[in-house]
Amino acid sequence: MILRAESISKSFSDKKVLDDISVSLSEGELVCILGVSGIGKTTLFNILSGLLMPDSGRVILKGEDITGSTGHLSYMLQKDLLLEHKKVIDNVALPLVLKGMGKKEARQKAFEYFEKFSLTGTEYKYPAQLSGGMRQRASLLRTYMCGDEVALLDEPFSALDVRTRDSVRKWYLDVMDNIRLSTLFITHDIDEALLISDRIYVLGGTPAVIMDEIDTGGRKNRDPETGYPEDHTKLRQRILECFDPAST
Amino acid sequence: MKRRPSITDKLIPLAALLILILVWELICLLGIVPGYMLPSPVRVGAAFISEFPLMMSHAWVTLCETAAGLFLGIILGFITAAVMDTFGTVKRALYPILVLSQTIPTVALAPLLILWFSYGMAPKVILIVLTSFFPIAVGLMDGFAGIDPDQINLMRAMKAGKLQIFIHLKFPGALPEFFSGLKIAVSYSVVSAVVSEWLGGTSGLGVYMIRVKKSYSYDKMFAVIILVSAVSLMLIALLNIISRKAMPWKHCGSYNGGEGESK
Repeated sequence: MILRAESISKSFSDKKVLDDISVSLSEGELVCILGVSGIGKTTLFNILSGLLMPDSGRVILKGEDITGSTGHLSYMLQKDLLLEHKKVIDNVALPLVLKGMGKKEARQKAFEYFEKFSLTGTEYKYPAQLSGGMRQRASLLRTYMCGDEVALLDEPFSALDVRTRDSVRKWYLDVMDNIRLSTLFITHDIDEALLISDRIYVLGGTPAVIMDEIDTGGRKNRDPETGYPEDHTKLRQRILECFDPAST
Repeated sequence: MKRRPSITDKLIPLAALLILILVWELICLLGIVPGYMLPSPVRVGAAFISEFPLMMSHAWVTLCETAAGLFLGIILGFITAAVMDTFGTVKRALYPILVLSQTIPTVALAPLLILWFSYGMAPKVILIVLTSFFPIAVGLMDGFAGIDPDQINLMRAMKAGKLQIFIHLKFPGALPEFFSGLKIAVSYSVVSAVVSEWLGGTSGLGVYMIRVKKSYSYDKMFAVIILVSAVSLMLIALLNIISRKAMPWKHCGSYNGGEGESK
């Protein structure tokens, strides 16, 4: 167990958003947090990353309490948030520079990863000169350069068009296998969750609670044709029932 | 994408200007307006050439005042914006006073400043600082406030300190607004310099202007007016070059621009 969130609760003014949420992540695992828009997924991520303090509960990273402290987990949002005024390589090297590394050394270190992230040739361009898919890969590389063992991805692919999304997603799974990053992944897209995750937490209700935890059988249990788990129709039905119990 | 300006785009306003000057010359030639009231363009041109060395020595003084005032105005505007952005209370306290202070006309302040700081460069520079720092401070503050809060959160999640966020994100992010503020400040400051020289001093384009006015040399008067606007135009052109150099990412083209891959 690398990351554990223990019974997190959070209210804004009088409205309770998260109620007793516990999630865990093992090494090399990709776990999805699935829920409809506005359910409080991003609030949960802000708490995990230390940007927000929970009202109660703890965040434990490798046995260490990191509740409310930033800089332990890599963090990536739907918006790629690349700095338009920095060249791609400086964007990617930014986490290293922020840690106090010299610009030249940081660039050198970042440079080594451009091939692995299919970004060769974009090093000295500005983000405005990149396509949406390239920007998101650059943003992922920057997240990776943070050097943390756990990455929090908040709907990272949802702003991309369908075809780019499919290819970036496939590419991400390959990279994941290569670098064995443990990932907590927010999405509202059931099919995306089924495609990429090892486990799924289904978030629902107001305030949000964990309605279900689904084991998709890991990435080995995938239909090589479609990429979905063998029993994905059944799993999809189970998730839909969580979202809308009245319909069944 | 921006369209590349063609030659005709420049020709049309140039032709219009030429026609305007021709009409002016014609009015003078036909004696519609007496020559001592409205000198003809040819006479203005001749005065411009004959007075050029003298005007240049005055222009140098005005330029020095402008440069000194702008430099101090930038520093003051920068500090004001940074402090107001960091401390919300300071912003709430000072912002209305700052806006209020801008309703005071510069011309009204100039005699007071001369009274306090005598006839040297000091009152001119102070006046320029007062007029130029406001658009710079407001531009920077708007720039700082316009930064995506998610971007700040991301930097915080990367454990960046306040100074690091400022250096890597806030300051470069506010540069476009800073330069638009600076452009306004530059044109203000040349005018402020000339106005404050009117009211007292020994050299500068404003002083020269008053002198030729008092001797009814309207041809020289027109010549110096042209020079003042030429100085402003040149400063703004210089600023455009600097802002292009300072923000290369604004002029690198976009992904869809050059590659022919349209949406």
